[in-house]
Amino acid sequence: MATEGNVLQLPQRLPWYSTARIKRFGHLIFNEYPVVWLTILFLVLIFPALTAQWTAPHDPLKQQLSKRLTPPVWDQGNPAKPGTWTNILGTDKQGRDILSRIMHGSRISLMVSLSALAIGGTIGTTLGLVSGYFGRWVDHLIMRIVDTFLALPLILMALVIVAVFGPSFYTAIGVISVLLWSRYTRQIRAEVLSIKALDFVARARVAGCSNVRIIMKHVFPNVVNTLIVLATLQVGTVILLEATLSFLGAGIPRPNPAWGVMVADGRDHIASAWWIAVMPGLAIMFVVLSMNMMGDWLRDKLDPKLRQV
Amino acid sequence: MQRYIIIRLIQSVFTLIGVSIIVFSLARLSGNPLDVLLPDEADDETFIRISELWGLNDPWYIQYFTFVRNASKGEFGPSFKWQGRTAMELVILHLPATLQLAVVSIGVSVLLAVPIGVMSAVKKGTILDTVGKLIALLGQSLPSFWLAIVLIWIFAVQLGWFPTSGRGGISNMILPAVALGWFSVASFMRLTRSSMLNVLDSEYIKLARIKGLPEWKVVWKHGLKNAAIPPLTVFGAIVVGQMTGSVTIETVFAWPGVGLLALQAVNARDYQVIQAVTMFISVLFIGMNLLIDILYAYIDPRIRYQ
Repeated sequence: MATEGNVLQLPQRLPWYSTARIKRFGHLIFNEYPVVWLTILFLVLIFPALTAQWTAPHDPLKQQLSKRLTPPVWDQGNPAKPGTWTNILGTDKQGRDILSRIMHGSRISLMVSLSALAIGGTIGTTLGLVSGYFGRWVDHLIMRIVDTFLALPLILMALVIVAVFGPSFYTAIGVISVLLWSRYTRQIRAEVLSIKALDFVARARVAGCSNVRIIMKHVFPNVVNTLIVLATLQVGTVILLEATLSFLGAGIPRPNPAWGVMVADGRDHIASAWWIAVMPGLAIMFVVLSMNMMGDWLRDKLDPKLRQV
Repeated sequence: MQRYIIIRLIQSVFTLIGVSIIVFSLARLSGNPLDVLLPDEADDETFIRISELWGLNDPWYIQYFTFVRNASKGEFGPSFKWQGRTAMELVILHLPATLQLAVVSIGVSVLLAVPIGVMSAVKKGTILDTVGKLIALLGQSLPSFWLAIVLIWIFAVQLGWFPTSGRGGISNMILPAVALGWFSVASFMRLTRSSMLNVLDSEYIKLARIKGLPEWKVVWKHGLKNAAIPPLTVFGAIVVGQMTGSVTIETVFAWPGVGLLALQAVNARDYQVIQAVTMFISVLFIGMNLLIDILYAYIDPRIRYQ
């Protein structure tokens, strides 16, 4: 488009408030670089996860019954209980500060998703490499196992596993990794199949490289991009899965301030105190949304052929 | 074609065996399966009776074959929470509610997704396309249980248009169907849009335009007909996604379906019912995928030779 071409070749001396420069700036931060999404991610997930114990205004577990069900600060409708600046996002039915709980909750979300991605990603990638590289019966066996795991009803299986082992932080990580590794395997295997047919793999073999060396030094580096994109796109799924499990009482046990648990706590009070359920849900939404956008952006930059994922 | 069907059938059988192994072994992972299989309040007599009934003293492979033999007949044993009923009976009993909800919500999502998808492909780059993109984005990032609660808050509590929970007439169905279908609207719409974009770019669409057909006929008849195949393939996955997604939605809306049954069974540690539900839904999923693959191969001959 002609107008956009003109916008990009602007002479530098235009003042910063000129429409054209604002437009170009907007184009850069919205379309070219994921600045907006990174900012949201940093504000809602990364910063609170790293610093919650210093920056959260209150103890997330401390109950103050005198302050219970205080609405958020902008909600002044109820003269008996107006919103206050001490509890910006309000309090729940035990008088715990919602903002502090959300901030500590982001640590749980980040920890669970990173651990589950690390475990599931490692297992999935290893099996994908092995399956794609060795082919034949190894491939058949692994792919049937992958099919099996893809055919399992996710939430239901997670509930069953948690029923057997009891809900805990580690069970949540374990369940999510067990259920998600198969997606990596399928994608990585497909990549390896096409890489294996390339010349440099055959030459490495002729040069006398062992299978392990070929996989690690020649095949793996070529699937790293795919892996990064896949992992980023999966963070959102993992956070949603963890929140769903926690909501159903099969994820992070109470009184930990996991986002899913907080929504579940607010469910019975939705008519009188909407903020208890709505606020943590917004946090989930913002994180998952910006994570997905980051994944899309990375995919376009690193690996356009992954469009179908 | 026959060869393809046979291969896919054999693969499905292997998948089924895999699922049965997982369901079978989960209860036995933590030592004595009866600790998991029986509720906490079961007495010693029940323990002895059940362990004889299931042959829990046999070696594991005989146990597995017993399990498979019984499962293939739909026998998962009696339920402990719901006295006097077998696990399979309960699943069958709760199935209509889940199916009803699934059908309505799929209907809602198709009715929403196809027109929006087609229009955002036709009007690519306009406000309409942006709105479509926004819906798709939100569909993938809104937690469905949260959406369900917010819908109840806005439409049931504040506006009072619909009842908050339970199963009844049409008005009971709308909120759960929207909450359940929201996610599939997103994926369905994206697929429709991208497939429609491909089709609109093709020669025969240009020909149809050159022929002087009215634009609506070009888009909705010639275009949509050819663009419908890729969205159809995810249809199976969406249907089963609805079945599993129903666990959360049915819980929030107290909708008496299989999902709610599963959650109640898990909370009561009624393992027979859990096994029945899990196996049932997995079989449904595998069968659905098989059907879709065969259908797809029938429509698109290239698939058969891969």
